[in-house]
Amino acid sequence: MRRTGSEGGVPRWILLPAAAGAAFVLLPLLAIVLQVDWRAFPALVTSEASRDALLLSLRTSTASTLLCVLLGVPMAVALARTRFPGQSLLRALVLLPLVLPPVVGGIALLYTFGRRGLLGETLEVVGLEVAFSTAAVVMAQTFVALPFLVVSLEGALRTAGHRYEVVAASLGARPTTVFRRVTLPLVLPGLLSGSVLAFARALGEFGATITFAGSLQGTTRTLPLEIYLRRETDADAAVALSLVLVVVAVVVIGTAGQGRVRR
Amino acid sequence: MNPRRTTSILAVLVCVLATGACGGDDAGDGGERVLTVYAAASLTASFEELAERFEAANDGVSVELAFAGSSDLVAQITSGAPADVFASADQSNMDKLTAEGLEGSAPEVFATNTLQIAVPPDNPGEVSDLADLSDEDLAVVVCAPEVPCGAAALALAEAAGTTLAPDSEEQSVADVLGKVRAGEADAGLVYVTDVIAAAGDVLGIDVPESDAVVNDYPIATLADSDQAELAQAFVDLVLGEQGQAVLAEAGFGTP
Repeated sequence: MRRTGSEGGVPRWILLPAAAGAAFVLLPLLAIVLQVDWRAFPALVTSEASRDALLLSLRTSTASTLLCVLLGVPMAVALARTRFPGQSLLRALVLLPLVLPPVVGGIALLYTFGRRGLLGETLEVVGLEVAFSTAAVVMAQTFVALPFLVVSLEGALRTAGHRYEVVAASLGARPTTVFRRVTLPLVLPGLLSGSVLAFARALGEFGATITFAGSLQGTTRTLPLEIYLRRETDADAAVALSLVLVVVAVVVIGTAGQGRVRR
Repeated sequence: MNPRRTTSILAVLVCVLATGACGGDDAGDGGERVLTVYAAASLTASFEELAERFEAANDGVSVELAFAGSSDLVAQITSGAPADVFASADQSNMDKLTAEGLEGSAPEVFATNTLQIAVPPDNPGEVSDLADLSDEDLAVVVCAPEVPCGAAALALAEAAGTTLAPDSEEQSVADVLGKVRAGEADAGLVYVTDVIAAAGDVLGIDVPESDAVVNDYPIATLADSDQAELAQAFVDLVLGEQGQAVLAEAGFGTP
């Protein structure tokens, strides 16, 4: 708020479309709140199926966010700090899940890690079967969420520049030490917001999950899948659960925003 | 900023929005009449064929088909979607429509469908009957009980005296079929017509008890249609000899 005074030369007419845009996003959320049957709400969201779905969503989204950090941080560093032929092409390909319909991602995963997929038999020999397992949900979520973390972190790395890293290296620090003591602390806010984005994206994942992992209560039926299924028979329950999902997402994004302001 | 410029930008915006909103009404061009038919997804091939015949028989008429899950279609119609005819894959979704008084003609059953076990062509799970679908070691996929094909699957299991052990309860028949087709599942329960439509991608295994669980497909014209006669003519085509022949070819049973 402090930084957004109108004295910054923002033309006043821009506020009108901005307000229209905000209303376009916020009105549907308001509509959900107005649609909720509040008397039935507690019963609807605490049913066993609802609790199972919410817990599964939180568990899998946490797991996939951790995976995103483990895989995404090195990817972002490699993209921002090294140069190799075909780098920009690789970046574009890695970011593909951002623009791909999630169902397509699910189909791709199915033909890669499915029982008859590219790696399916290999996995089966090792004793890993991901078909219809919670692991498949985590994989689907990681697939769609990973680019969010890579993009934010790569941006943060580029903005931070590598002056400090050069200095640290000139003072005799080994690359790993520079990475751990200089690079990572420098881009921590970017890493945090990237992780939050990844978590939020994983939480909302639907298409890849239903295509690749299936849908079974407590194992693969996350909250978005539960909402979509409930819609068939019980619109009130679907609306109530939608509100739960919105609230969780708002809390996650809000917490991260707070963390950033404090820095 | 310059207020005059602001106004002109706004004017352009309003124009764009307004014409965008009104531009959808080009159906009347050339005097062609459009009949909008909402039909359950399982009817896709049959109704496309019937729509072609209807267009051939009625000059200046074009049939617009919308296929989706019956419950989605009902939800759209009850929220005011402009349809002339509705063909549902089950009675309960048609009941939702009649409960709102939205039917123009009394719903009539025009086809039936029964369940079949679908397995990948090489049948890796060596599935031979419904009892195999209670095997925990096999990857079994069915529809969720909340959707019509899932309710039918439960009823079928009950009629056969077994309990299914599904690894996934999918949203629609298409999802079940997709998992079997990809070889991800060893077996799934789908409709006979889905197996025929999959044309060799999956193998169908008959379930003797399936006659106990027959799914009725009702059709009706809609009260809000402004071309009731044309809508009724399409319903008559579906119920008539031609319609029944096309449906039988796709594997549907006669009511």
